[in-house]
Amino acid sequence: MRKVLKRTLAAMVAGAILSSAGPVLAQGKVVKFVQNGNLTILDPIWTTAYVTRNHGYFIYDTLFAADENNVVKPQMVDKHEVSADKTVWTFTLRDGLEWHDGKPVTSEDCIASIKRWGARDAMGQKLMDFVKEFKEVNPKTFQMVLKEPYGLVLDSLGKPSSQVPFMMPKRVADTDPFKQIDSQIGSGPFVYMNAESKPGEKHVYTKNAKYKPRAEPASGLAGGKVVKVDRVEIIEMPDPQQQVNAIAAGEIDVIEQPPHDLIPLLKKEKGVALYNWNPLGHQFIFRMNWLQPPFNNAKIREAALLSIRQEDYLKATVGEPEFYKVCTAAFICGTPNAVNAPGDLFVKPNFEKSKALLKEAGYDGTPIVLLQSTTLPVLTNMAPVTKALLEQGGFKVDMQSMDWQTVVTRRTNKGPVGQGGWNIFHTFSVAADILNPISTSYMVANGDKAWFGWPNDPEMEKLRDAYAKETDPVKNKELAAAVQARALQTAQYGWVGQWYGPGAMRSNISGWLKAPVPVMWNIEKK
Amino acid sequence: MLDFIARRLIAIVPVLGVVAVFVFLMLRLTPGDPAAVIAGDNATSDQIADIRTKLGLDEPIWTQFAIWISNVLQGNFGESFFFKKTVAELIAQRVEPTLALATCTLVFAVGISVPIGVMAAYRQGSLIDKAVMGFSVLGFSVPGFVIGYCLIYVFAIELGWLPVQGYVRIGVNFWQFAERMVLPSLTLSVGFVALISRITRASVLEVLNEDYIRTARAKGLSNRVVLMRHALRNAAVPILTVIGLGIAILIGGAVVTESVFGLPGLGRLTVEAVLSRDFPTIQTVILLFSVVYVVVNLLIDISYTLFDPRIRY
Repeated sequence: MRKVLKRTLAAMVAGAILSSAGPVLAQGKVVKFVQNGNLTILDPIWTTAYVTRNHGYFIYDTLFAADENNVVKPQMVDKHEVSADKTVWTFTLRDGLEWHDGKPVTSEDCIASIKRWGARDAMGQKLMDFVKEFKEVNPKTFQMVLKEPYGLVLDSLGKPSSQVPFMMPKRVADTDPFKQIDSQIGSGPFVYMNAESKPGEKHVYTKNAKYKPRAEPASGLAGGKVVKVDRVEIIEMPDPQQQVNAIAAGEIDVIEQPPHDLIPLLKKEKGVALYNWNPLGHQFIFRMNWLQPPFNNAKIREAALLSIRQEDYLKATVGEPEFYKVCTAAFICGTPNAVNAPGDLFVKPNFEKSKALLKEAGYDGTPIVLLQSTTLPVLTNMAPVTKALLEQGGFKVDMQSMDWQTVVTRRTNKGPVGQGGWNIFHTFSVAADILNPISTSYMVANGDKAWFGWPNDPEMEKLRDAYAKETDPVKNKELAAAVQARALQTAQYGWVGQWYGPGAMRSNISGWLKAPVPVMWNIEKK
Repeated sequence: MLDFIARRLIAIVPVLGVVAVFVFLMLRLTPGDPAAVIAGDNATSDQIADIRTKLGLDEPIWTQFAIWISNVLQGNFGESFFFKKTVAELIAQRVEPTLALATCTLVFAVGISVPIGVMAAYRQGSLIDKAVMGFSVLGFSVPGFVIGYCLIYVFAIELGWLPVQGYVRIGVNFWQFAERMVLPSLTLSVGFVALISRITRASVLEVLNEDYIRTARAKGLSNRVVLMRHALRNAAVPILTVIGLGIAILIGGAVVTESVFGLPGLGRLTVEAVLSRDFPTIQTVILLFSVVYVVVNLLIDISYTLFDPRIRY
């Protein structure tokens, strides 16, 4: 009996040693990456979730891409021309582009992909409003024929963040835009390993050996996408404290964006470096419901804006001044369309003027319903600051706490607060999503079809249309300033500060590119 | 006996029926719209409405229930709103870590709590007894996630003996699997040890005062034989009952423990599904937990006959 037991134990030990040695030898250089949330949906056109966008950048490629300075550069496109009347755009694809299944990337794939993206994305929808037709010239060349000149063709096709116009094979891109795709075949620098990936546990990507990077050096999301590791694993780890513990113990290599309150712990870790990979950062906003009292009254909305002090929000949510910036420009400080708001707006509140406006508008003291998300750490402290500021400005505030998914549901309700409606909620955007009046969904003001809050302002829509049609960058800047001025005049929404969320990486990791999206090409592991 | 088992199995049906109706209604009546979650932050109301239609969420609630329940009766638990997989596939992928965690926890818990409970009873009033009772109070009072973080700090970060988190499937690498199960199982077993050791102590104490124990001692039997063969066996029924009831604690604890230690099990699937309002997944996982709870307690009932021959069904 003892002999049998000994042999069994010996066999188990041998098996365990062999099984532990095998995968390590086979996998080569592996980067273990933890994102800011679980990757559940794998269709970057079906959802705007940033984790899904990140997945898209692993396996898909784009026709154009923005470099580190936000200049749009060709990516899958070799050359492009525009006709003298600026209505016919001709795109020719690079040589050697292949899908992961070995088939060549063709014009018809790209046309189908643009159409599917154009059905879902706000900037894509605007572009498609101008598109008369697509023409396939040959397998590598296609034309986009416009009804009239449109100034944002390249900005649209090189849109860096959700939803990104990723190119997919035609058979995949032909999927109903409101249904999820069921294939992960792309032409990007990584291949998704479906068999090894287990949602809720990890997602595995291997280097696409057939991918032909551009010759230019990598810059932002543009340039040569050279993969310098064999494999990247996205590890699903929901607990931020555990992310910090795991990177300190060397179990993972990269964290996309640890919460600000854990950054001091990471700073103390010798083997870990912090890295601000997204220099444009993010912007907090608050949104008012134009359909319901009291914010159906422009004067009362203006009173709310006058009560805002950005620094209060930034101190409460981010804390460390090195990770935030008071910025009164709607289109992100440090970018071409940035113009500061007039006077002390958003910097120094004017509570007396706010109270006077409320009196003038006949505000009856009915509490406004402020939705507080308690499950997204970066948003949790926003609503209490709003409550404090608005109360000083003469408002009565009923702050209601709930998880983020409930906020997301409740904000779709256009009805009165007594029937589950709302007056104010907060959110934030990646700065790259809000650099101009077309990509900024908060600026849309076409009533029922606009983003939650449903502002209705034909004058704003005229300005946005003018911006879309303008092809001169100088005039575009003037129009962007006019759009911002109009948004402040009607108090369309409030922007309440710019912030940065650095990533964390082990000290043996290098080459993380500065871009609005955490991308894994160019990364090296020693 | 077979008649008893058949009756108990039939009794599962109404239990599951009630659970199904309750879970379905609770999900529909609480705030949260999966379509809004899917559409993401930049979606418009129209886009959300389109997704809602595609998912069938714009149908009347009773129609949705009728469709779901008829599918369930045919063994079709539906497709997750998010994962693009059937719920059955998702559960199959996630069941191993939870099963492993539950098994290791039970082994740890029973292996530790029964001996210390017996020792505490045997040495009533001694330092051992007081220590066991003190630990029992502490084990009940301290939340699982606090225990988890303390264990991680000591054994994974300071000493570096064990990994911080993660899961390796048993078929991939046994040792990596084992080292990743130690801390979560210990964390989850603390509350269980507290409960079982206390009940064991009380049951054994009661039995130790019985006449047949005195007789056994008078016959000159050793303390070990008296305790293990006569006292513990007769005290087993309440201990088994508590283990059965504790399955609910185990399921609840797995939700927290799996989240803390990054185990991709059914507990974490439940949390993810609840946060994203993945109705088909939540409904099925809760039904599954109900079945497990009822079946485990049936097995416990049957096991009574092994320890107490007087019990017959």
